[in-house]
Amino acid sequence: MNAHTVNLVVYIFFCGLSCFVLLIGYAFGKKNEQKHLASLANKEQNLKNRVRVLQIKQVPFPERYSNVRLVTGSVVIANDTFKKFLARWRGFLGGEMKSYHGLLSRARREAIVRVQEKALSHGANTVINIRFETSSISKGAKNALHSVEVLAYGTALIPNVEGSSDDMSQI
Amino acid sequence: MIITNIESVPGRQITQHLGLVQGSTVRAKHAGRDFMAGLKNMVGGELKGYTELLQESRKQATERMIEEAQAMGANAILNVRFSTSSITQGASELFAYGTAVIVAEQ
Repeated sequence: MNAHTVNLVVYIFFCGLSCFVLLIGYAFGKKNEQKHLASLANKEQNLKNRVRVLQIKQVPFPERYSNVRLVTGSVVIANDTFKKFLARWRGFLGGEMKSYHGLLSRARREAIVRVQEKALSHGANTVINIRFETSSISKGAKNALHSVEVLAYGTALIPNVEGSSDDMSQI
Repeated sequence: MIITNIESVPGRQITQHLGLVQGSTVRAKHAGRDFMAGLKNMVGGELKGYTELLQESRKQATERMIEEAQAMGANAILNVRFSTSSITQGASELFAYGTAVIVAEQ
């Protein structure tokens, strides 16, 4: 058993370990992502008719609302090792990074859902002037913990108690 | 204190514009010591620790903005916006700003 064989064994061991980490990333990552997408679809369906989110600045029918409140929703999501590995190659070759596009879509949808939930907890049925802020979070060392934070914020309109049967199809 | 990100308060009139108010905080976002975040790094998904950390920092920045408005004698802050900027590698500044006003019932 000379030095060359030992080196080879160590090399194969670390190659195997990397493949194992990538595999775990792929398997659990895919499972987590699907679970998250399912829960997102569920929450969105639930909130769709209870709190509407608008991007306009003017209050529609201001006489219907008694109060306003700033509401925010934010989330930090990371990709798994397999997607990061693919993205690194994509970064090298150029083109659309579908894995990070998916990550940002998910994060944005989750942030909007959280804004709706916050608005609902204050008794609002509309959120206007929705804005988004995206920032990246990274470790800075060579193992970049690359994740993204998406913040969504808007103004929640709380309806008057008397006129609370406002027809949402009006706008 | 009424806080909104639109330019008016429905049902009330702005009687005086007091000026720009702002609040900010700089937070380090290193994961160096965080073992759980390292594991999450492998399988992806939401990093709840970070989400809560950033929500806390944003709340602190907003509270600083509110204090500044209260010192001016305002009772509402309009057109609030947030901004996040990376300062050095591993630190970011969370900044909230708006216009402090005095509103009265119409």
